[in-house]
Amino acid sequence: MTTADTGATVLKVQNIAKSFGGVHAVRDVSFEVRAGEILGLIGPNGSGKTTLFNCILGQLEPTRGKVLVGDSDVTGLRPSQLNRLGVGRTFQLLQVFPQLTVTENLILAGQEHKGSRLSRLFGAGDAGLTADAARMVEFFRLGHLAHEKAGGLSYGQQKLLDCAMAFMAGPRLVLLDEPAGGVNLSMLANLKERLQAINRETGATFVVIEHNMEFVMSLCTRIIVLAEGAIIAQGSPETVRRDPKVIEAYLGH
Amino acid sequence: MTMKTLGSVLLTAILAVLILAPADLTGLGLPWGGFRRSDIDVLTLWLITAIAAMGVNLIVGYAGQETLAQAAFLGIGAYLTALMTKAGYPFVAAFLASGLLSFVVGILLGFPALRVQKHYLAFVTLAFTVFAWLVFRNEEWLTGGVTGIQNIPRPTLFGFRSKPALVYYWFALAMTVALALVMAWILRSPWGRAFTALRENAIRAESLGVDVRTYTLLAFAIGSAYGGLAGALYAPFVEFIDPSPFALGPSLLFLLMVVVGGMGTQAGPFIGAAVAVLLQNRLEILQSSNPAFAHLSYLLVYAILVMVLMAFCPTGIVGLWQRITAPRRRPHADDKGPILGQVKS
Repeated sequence: MTTADTGATVLKVQNIAKSFGGVHAVRDVSFEVRAGEILGLIGPNGSGKTTLFNCILGQLEPTRGKVLVGDSDVTGLRPSQLNRLGVGRTFQLLQVFPQLTVTENLILAGQEHKGSRLSRLFGAGDAGLTADAARMVEFFRLGHLAHEKAGGLSYGQQKLLDCAMAFMAGPRLVLLDEPAGGVNLSMLANLKERLQAINRETGATFVVIEHNMEFVMSLCTRIIVLAEGAIIAQGSPETVRRDPKVIEAYLGH
Repeated sequence: MTMKTLGSVLLTAILAVLILAPADLTGLGLPWGGFRRSDIDVLTLWLITAIAAMGVNLIVGYAGQETLAQAAFLGIGAYLTALMTKAGYPFVAAFLASGLLSFVVGILLGFPALRVQKHYLAFVTLAFTVFAWLVFRNEEWLTGGVTGIQNIPRPTLFGFRSKPALVYYWFALAMTVALALVMAWILRSPWGRAFTALRENAIRAESLGVDVRTYTLLAFAIGSAYGGLAGALYAPFVEFIDPSPFALGPSLLFLLMVVVGGMGTQAGPFIGAAVAVLLQNRLEILQSSNPAFAHLSYLLVYAILVMVLMAFCPTGIVGLWQRITAPRRRPHADDKGPILGQVKS
């Protein structure tokens, strides 16, 4: 499978560690993500994947280590600052704004990237994003639901909206935490196809946490395996699948 | 579109009634003598209360924070306006200064909201109200203590003296409409959307670039400024202020008003304030005219009303209205829609 991989480094994680009291959730993890790559992050439950995500994204402060986006050190930045630098994310559990419509959810996801805060008070109510939102709605095939409240959508539809929101501001790096969780099979194939299309068309880089092996193996070009907070293997899906350490720690058969 | 047109026609009609109904129209050849002075004052009090409630609605109903401090901001505005106008400054300057001071103090009150949430935040704002009330009561050199400040002048605006009850009512009405329009503008702007996002899911909002800290402080600042502006209108209206209307009890009532009217709706504060102000006034009249009701407590009736309403309609009177008038429908997928958009079959 081809991706928009161009070789330049977008994300550099250096010696990140995070402890909660005596629990070492992430121990000294380092890796790089190249522009255009779709990197999979897998590992058993409790292996530290989401904690690592939260450290990268400023949701948690790492105990040690550095995070670089492009060439700039972003360690300790707040999630909103990181997002405005072009880093998007989705959460493991569904996170849409139920009282806003699908379109309003998307406009919200883009508005803080346009103009100054004052211009957002005195300018247009939609910050000029209605057209972008309409395109995104079509791209994720939610067109007929554009004016429904997000809370009234089915789980799978909300999951798509959640993804669409992460892409609304045209990020160069998106971290997706279990995008396939709870999504049915036919929708899964389409979700994968949409993600690949975005990767091809915009060159956006993805890091994906996922438990669905089939999904992650077919979507990603490279995979990192975490166990007990440390990287135990990395490489192409085939290499990782055959690695005895991975089989022991994770696949368990 | 038709619903929108209907809405604006209805609003215009309500506004026309509010302008004309209290006035004596016999001079225009119409058989309508207008309202009594005491009834006009009740309407003015309703408008001022509604302005303060709009602020609470922004903080609590839209931005999802808590405040039990609105009466304190009403007090800040009222005392500042009283002091400034008595010192000879024009009312307009006092009015703007009241809004500005409340805006700044509101930012300070917002800082705890960045650390604590929900009822803990309510406790912090409660402590602020008690503190402000103690200042109003004890700093006699400034506030006159329990004896308060008397003879607060009513302003003269564009050559019109607002001393007559009806003129001051019209003035308050104009200010209320202006402030309601400003609020509607804020809520329709991206700021309004960001406030709602704060209420619904602050962590997700932050991950989408919404600066949760700044918007939280802004919600407190703007909401509190509405309290201060209401206070600036309150002082010349009653012409005498003392600390009692700015205590904790009234702060709780402001919150209740917003809940009763309908949190997070633009009509909510007006309806909630109407219920609170009119109910109290009507019950007082009933008590004084009929000895059988002499022991009927306004708060008792209000409390029972609130409990019944909350049990059967937690979204308030606006929510009740929406429930009655809403067409019965559920969003569903288009049958011929693409597979990604389909609901589970």
